[in-house]
Amino acid sequence: MDQILFYAAAALAIGSALVVIGQRNPIYSAFALIVTLCSLSVIFGLLGSPFIAALQVIVYAGAIMVLFLFVLMLLNVESEQQAAGRGGRALGAIAVALVALLVAQAGAVLARVEPGPAPAFDASTRRMAEILFSPQFLYVFEATSILILAALVGSIALAKKDL
Amino acid sequence: MDQPAFVHDALLLSLVLFALGTLGVFLRKNVITVLMSIELMLNGANLAFVAFSRAAGTLDGQVLVFFVMVVAAAEAAVGLGIVISLQRHKDTLDVDAFNVMKG
Repeated sequence: MDQILFYAAAALAIGSALVVIGQRNPIYSAFALIVTLCSLSVIFGLLGSPFIAALQVIVYAGAIMVLFLFVLMLLNVESEQQAAGRGGRALGAIAVALVALLVAQAGAVLARVEPGPAPAFDASTRRMAEILFSPQFLYVFEATSILILAALVGSIALAKKDL
Repeated sequence: MDQPAFVHDALLLSLVLFALGTLGVFLRKNVITVLMSIELMLNGANLAFVAFSRAAGTLDGQVLVFFVMVVAAAEAAVGLGIVISLQRHKDTLDVDAFNVMKG
């Protein structure tokens, strides 16, 4: 059962990721990205990480993608006129070749790894909270709130009319 | 909560997602689509973190994913603010049009 769900979610993630990069109209790309993020959330859940799965839906599919869609609708974006491949066909071919090389290398490393038995694993929200608020990560956690505040102020300043 | 083969396939999926995101960054012309491809790459990395965390049985990877998400949110906010201001100046979203540092 878990296996079927995993492979269905993985196929959905790859398919919609292809739509994200293949689609001319950015609005469709954004909706396809939402599908990718939600199917990744299913996979996080299957890997025993309910907290990350929930965050994925709330923060990524909820907050970040709404921001993207908001900007897309605000700017009234038109579809790309020309086919994909900026800077000519040659550069596009080089990019594809480099990515193929990356996939081949990393795939070769993965193929060498033998899966061992998975250890016991508890990533419940309680455990995550205990770790996030332990002295090891507490200050980092607080620093992220400053980062968010800086991003908030920065984006308001950037998007102001008279910049 | 058992199959380690699962973890292996999750790593393969993360590799594919990262590669697709990289291709998007290289090939697309629209700034917003490029930003979305970067989100795709970040998600591939997140999936790898979660899979390794599951394989190792520790939670450090999950904490890292949490921080990646925070940084991704900040990046999207600032990036889209820059996109709005670029659109005001150049009246286009084509990445090739943004070729001067001077406003």
